[in-house]
Amino acid sequence: MATTIRLDVVSAEGELFSGHVQEVSVPGEMGSMGILPNHSQLIATLKPGELNYKTSDGVSSLFVAGGIVEVQPTIVTVLADSAVRAEDLDEAAAADAIQGAEDALAGKDPEDMDYAAIQAELDAAKAQMEMIHRIGKTLRS
Amino acid sequence: MAGLKEIRSQIGSIQNTKKITKAMEMVAASKMRRAKERMQESRPYADKMRQVVGHLANGHLEYKHPYTVEREDVKRVGYIIISSDRGLCGGLNGNLFKKAFQDIAKWKEQNVEIDIAVLGGKALSAFRRYGVVAENTQLGDKPSLTDIIGTIKVMLDAYEEGRIDRLFLVENKFVNSMTQSPQVTQLIPVVASESEDDVQTHWDYLYEPESEVVIDKLMTRYIESLVYQGVVENIACEMSARMVAMKSASDNAGNIINDLKLAYNKARQASITQEISEIVSGAAAVG
Repeated sequence: MATTIRLDVVSAEGELFSGHVQEVSVPGEMGSMGILPNHSQLIATLKPGELNYKTSDGVSSLFVAGGIVEVQPTIVTVLADSAVRAEDLDEAAAADAIQGAEDALAGKDPEDMDYAAIQAELDAAKAQMEMIHRIGKTLRS
Repeated sequence: MAGLKEIRSQIGSIQNTKKITKAMEMVAASKMRRAKERMQESRPYADKMRQVVGHLANGHLEYKHPYTVEREDVKRVGYIIISSDRGLCGGLNGNLFKKAFQDIAKWKEQNVEIDIAVLGGKALSAFRRYGVVAENTQLGDKPSLTDIIGTIKVMLDAYEEGRIDRLFLVENKFVNSMTQSPQVTQLIPVVASESEDDVQTHWDYLYEPESEVVIDKLMTRYIESLVYQGVVENIACEMSARMVAMKSASDNAGNIINDLKLAYNKARQASITQEISEIVSGAAAVG
């Protein structure tokens, strides 16, 4: 009985984590999901949110801005659209992103081509902000 | 023998050429380092993507995505060809196009028609007469995914609407700074990866939300990430090929300069010798 599962988190900008973990929870589109070793095959889309994994050194967090997760009994692969380590999250940048997206949305017609894209951006920024507040990070500036 | 003045101006012009090639070599070397880093950063994503899609092809899924279904009757095939925008990079583009032409010729023999999408200026001019349906050039050193999505979408739509029955990607693989190898790979239908040691064929995924939504999303991303990786890799190839080409151009210029200098000195010595012998014989005639 395996007690760890291999986790790979990659985004287009690079590899964020690769190693064996005891447990991982990912922000699924339909709600957060916890994955333990020997999980059956699963494939799911992700929404922007927090990804936690537990290793022998404790729990660590990453922020993912949507993507896809694939689970095999011994491997979990997270294909993130974009991801940031929790300690690299920047409150000021997230606030800017929210402000920018809201401004862009204000003058737009919901039928517009870009509307969905900006909306997604806004959701990602808000989720990032939420996570910053949860982990109790203070403004750097 | 060429006059002294001509040789001197020839040396001057080759020295100027050498300065240019040397500068291009150094620019290419520094750009190559950055391009290689970018290539290595995005490589894990493309690799993992390939692995996941490989699992998918080995599984026993309830929903068969169109990209995984092989069509028996092939009437028209599509190519996405990735090249550089600029020349002066040795045989990089030439070798790639040769490979593509060979592959295209094979289809032509079977009376299969060809649609081509190009990324990069050099490929556009080389393949224009074959009928380019989509193109995107001037991607620069830092291409973004949004720049190339349009071109990919044209080909994916063509496949979904049944206008093409297969899609190939023609790209340069970065082996190391000295070697780049041109490759033609089939993008659609997706080729099942080498099956891994513990193959279970009778499983299906749990899906969240429905299978179609997830698999569609995954497949589009898969193709996009492969093409994007190809573009990023091509830039690294271009820079390293240019660096090598410019290095040998600078070396050749150096050799020619040495030869010309030798010729110049010989000619100069000859004219001095001639002058001396004229003076001596003149003095002898007077004396």
